[in-house]
Amino acid sequence: MKRFLGFIKKEFYHIFRDKRSMFILFGMPIAQIMLFGFAITNEINNVNIAILDKSKDSETQKIINKISASQYFHIEQTINSESQIQSIFEKGKVKAVIIFENNFSKNLQTAKQGKVQIITDATDPNIANTITNYTNAILLNYIQEVNKTNIPTYSIDTQTQLYYNPELKGVFTFVPGVMTVILMLVSAMMTSISITREKELGTMEVLLVSPLNPLQVILGKVFPYVFLSIINATVIVILGVFVFGMPIQGSLFLLAAESILFIITALSLGILISNIAQTQQTAMMMSLMGLMLPVIILSGFIFPISSMPLPLQIISNIIPAKWFIIIIKAIMLKGATIDIIWKETLILIGMTLFFILLSIKKYKIRLE
Amino acid sequence: MSQEKIIAVKNLSKKFGNFIAVNDISFDVYKGEIFGFLGANGAGKTTAMKMLIGISKPSSGEALVADFDVNFQAEMVKKNIGYMSQKFSMYDDLTIKENITFFGGIYGLSRNQIKEKTTQLISDLGLENEVNKLVGDLPLGWKQKLSFSVALLHEPKIVFLDEPTGGVDPITRRQFWEMIYAEAHKGTTIFVTTHYMDEAEYCDRVSIMVEGKIEALDSPKNLKQQYNVTSMNEVFLKLARNIE
Repeated sequence: MKRFLGFIKKEFYHIFRDKRSMFILFGMPIAQIMLFGFAITNEINNVNIAILDKSKDSETQKIINKISASQYFHIEQTINSESQIQSIFEKGKVKAVIIFENNFSKNLQTAKQGKVQIITDATDPNIANTITNYTNAILLNYIQEVNKTNIPTYSIDTQTQLYYNPELKGVFTFVPGVMTVILMLVSAMMTSISITREKELGTMEVLLVSPLNPLQVILGKVFPYVFLSIINATVIVILGVFVFGMPIQGSLFLLAAESILFIITALSLGILISNIAQTQQTAMMMSLMGLMLPVIILSGFIFPISSMPLPLQIISNIIPAKWFIIIIKAIMLKGATIDIIWKETLILIGMTLFFILLSIKKYKIRLE
Repeated sequence: MSQEKIIAVKNLSKKFGNFIAVNDISFDVYKGEIFGFLGANGAGKTTAMKMLIGISKPSSGEALVADFDVNFQAEMVKKNIGYMSQKFSMYDDLTIKENITFFGGIYGLSRNQIKEKTTQLISDLGLENEVNKLVGDLPLGWKQKLSFSVALLHEPKIVFLDEPTGGVDPITRRQFWEMIYAEAHKGTTIFVTTHYMDEAEYCDRVSIMVEGKIEALDSPKNLKQQYNVTSMNEVFLKLARNIE
């Protein structure tokens, strides 16, 4: 045990004296969560729009007031004719133009129908889509108010309710996502690099010749990263909750247990990589290409898996991160308990065992 | 030098698929001797040594190192030997003191033993002012001496040196061999691989490996007589040519 502690102490010296490691360990999580939280977002805020009001009556004015009162839009200018639309889009000043038809109010009363046209700049399709949805929502809201005071007419009233994330906040997907990416990065990449470093420097040989057995060597290399990963996960959750208002509906204990399971999965992958790679560079490339990219692209973190082509959907099943994201989203947003996510948990456990067995097999071959 | 065997190798072989890296070698090393293990690159000396230090399993044959069988008691073998690899494997980002503490620790030395050893080692090497410097900042020659001393921390019966003098200047090499002599004088057996033939002259006995087999084994003096030449270099060349 004393030997083991000495080994871990040495490992911490390595980590704390290497600026690169320190940056990846502590700079990255905070940088990533801030980036995803503030910069990369699908939500819109104060988008510049223009209004072309051909009717200029009291109804259109009410709607325009409603639009301008919302935090999503800022009415940059009002224009007088359709011929101006092209030029203001080209200047890039506004992202959308909202047009009210002639005699809007009159049509609303006589034909029970008023027409509004929304023209968006779709060079950025996501934003265009969001603008349309938000505008529709404002209009719908207005109609409901009007119908309350007028004689009720036949109409289908859809009531949409968004469960678990009623405000469609991006933070609810990126906190679990960033946590997954960071745990993968720290656990798999950092351990594989630190093990291959010993191989490259020749110290691994010296360790294997020492009375420490190979298992102790590997555990000693891995343990500090388990510890640091747990700290990282905690920091991300704390930032998520207190800076971005991420809810945690489920049990913190379950969340911690599942996170530790995923850390072990990632570590076993890191060990596997370090068994195959001979140099730090190879280990880093293998971790980046083989682990990071799939985690970011195929785990459902950024792109929904259900809208991927079938072959990619199938491939996504072998990515541990996918299952972990399902698990922590369920715990954080839905307050899931273990009887809901036991299947995903079992899959992760199975994958972990598989990677560990494979590593042991590879390790033996290498020692021959 | 006593006639007590400390390494006894019998019909040791190592195969990688169809390739025979070590082909049925047998030899003994006696307590307190400096045993030179010579051979060209690829002759199989590193593979043979890896089997003796317990990190590679022999395909066939047996070897006793410090009375322990490398086939079945590798862990006991490891406790009784010291090892210095050709890369002077210490941690560059740890200080001299931290390196000594770490290596002392993994060989199971107590805190007091480590303290004592550190003080002694530092004064022997004259490194009093460098104790808290990172090993990475030391010149190669010092790293090498330090590495040798660290391999001896736990007072092993045998110390294996794998091409210990690669890349250092002649003066440092000379000093290094003086350290080896001093240690052998205390009764530690030295097993050293090298491809510098002038270093072979410093050994009590040398074995020369060619293509997986031991082609010659005797004292440098006898070998030179036997092949009727004046230097070990010529002995080596003659042996290598005979095979071709």
